[in-house]
Amino acid sequence: MIRLLLAFFALLFAGFLALAEGIAPEKRQSGFDMMSAETQSLQKDDLANPAMLWVKEGERLWNSAPENGERACAACHGDARSTMNGVAARYPAVDRPSGHLLDLDGRILQCRSEHQKAAPWARESRPLLALSAFIGLQSRGEMIAIDEKETKARAAIKRGRDLFSRRFGQLDLACVHCHDDNWGRKLGSATIPQGHPTAYPIYRLEWQGLGSLQRRMRNCMTGVRAEPFPYGAQEWIDLEAFLKARAAGMVIETPGIRP
Amino acid sequence: MAGTLIDVPKTAKRGEIIRLRALVAHPMETGYRREITGAVIPRLIIHTFTCDYDGEEIFRAELFPAMAANPMIAFTTIATKSGPVTFRWIDDAGAIITEKVMLNVTE
Amino acid sequence: MSSPSSKPCGNPLPKASDGVSRRAVLLTLAGGTAALLAPPIHAEPDDMAKAIHEFTGGISPQKGRIKIDVAPLVENGNSVAIAVIGESPMRAEDHIRTIALFNEKNPQPQVARFHLTPRSGTARVETRIRLATSQHLVAIARMSDGSLWSDEVEVIVTIAACTEE
Repeated sequence: MIRLLLAFFALLFAGFLALAEGIAPEKRQSGFDMMSAETQSLQKDDLANPAMLWVKEGERLWNSAPENGERACAACHGDARSTMNGVAARYPAVDRPSGHLLDLDGRILQCRSEHQKAAPWARESRPLLALSAFIGLQSRGEMIAIDEKETKARAAIKRGRDLFSRRFGQLDLACVHCHDDNWGRKLGSATIPQGHPTAYPIYRLEWQGLGSLQRRMRNCMTGVRAEPFPYGAQEWIDLEAFLKARAAGMVIETPGIRP
Repeated sequence: MAGTLIDVPKTAKRGEIIRLRALVAHPMETGYRREITGAVIPRLIIHTFTCDYDGEEIFRAELFPAMAANPMIAFTTIATKSGPVTFRWIDDAGAIITEKVMLNVTE
Repeated sequence: MSSPSSKPCGNPLPKASDGVSRRAVLLTLAGGTAALLAPPIHAEPDDMAKAIHEFTGGISPQKGRIKIDVAPLVENGNSVAIAVIGESPMRAEDHIRTIALFNEKNPQPQVARFHLTPRSGTARVETRIRLATSQHLVAIARMSDGSLWSDEVEVIVTIAACTEE
């Protein structure tokens, strides 16, 4: 009897190790594919998707001078429809002068402080999200393609992969347990997605508002009863770099809707 | 954020039934949520939505806290003549949001 | 993780010998609980019936001529797409004047009232609503001749995983 039990657990353990290899590239699916038809149609309709309210605001901000009267984004970057096309697709990316690996929101914040000399916006603030959504929209339909070979990016991807496999919180779960091993199955009544960052920032129905990838991942950490990393933490940049590498080639849907 | 998303056809034939859809940015705070301290977040919703076209009010809605945030309402009307279609939202604080679009009606 | 020696679920009730009577503590707890329970956050099943009664003036609507179109199972109760579709020629002499939508288990029974006219063309209104939990919805149409018609559906609401709390 003991021998049988041991064999059973050995099989389970082996099975578990085999599972923890990630998702095969051809099996990757956006969270979009796992949503109800009703939510999908909401995302596809630009006049029904509430995220477009933030996009409109972002466009207004793009074309307006900041409060201190300095140059508007448009003054340097012109028409975002052409100049920002494909930009979100390659973030996180290294800012050459400082050598830092920045996510898109970090890039916007840096432009604001260095080139516009304007008062900083907080992470997750309305104007930052609005610009993030507007700029992100200019990469809709493009494929995620960050420079994985760049030194800083490579290091971040490795740290991100470690974070993705690390157990957190009272529930002692790692991202892999849900998003690699059990995607498509139910957590309560919600379908577990694979966790690809194809649609950020998203209008999450649960938030009844627009939020960033960092906000969503903080919810994951709360979900396993862990203290979430603060906004802007290096861990989020590392995780995003890893997630973008994991989702390389997938199509951007920004701004998306998610339940 | 006083933003709106309006879906109204640019042109219509006279007598044609057209679909009008209007979405407005508003938190539609129900009055049933609480802060982390336990204090109730006061109710603040849009309670009335109206649409005026060709000289009169063609649609009116009374809204309650069960409406979703950033509410969207779609309804129909018969295209009569070219002119503005005016949407109006009024909330509990007395704020009035207005949005106007032009409808071109051909014979 | 709490230490093994920590007390589960707060402190036990003081003994009578502690100088605080057990009765006093129980009364305080009862009062505190009552305070926590107000304002009400769940509708009584009667609330919807009362609200409908008020709208119809006590008349029982007949089933038909109005339909609620909503998914039987929704992903998130914060945004439920719904359409109410009335059957009517929508002419001056025969049209739907008002469509009222009611819910069973939200804190308040009313959802919306839509006022239409003979210029409406159709009696189709679409919107998105919030549902606190799985429940029934009732739509009532009042015709230009004063007659009342209704439809009722059940919606199952699923809950999101991994939220802010």
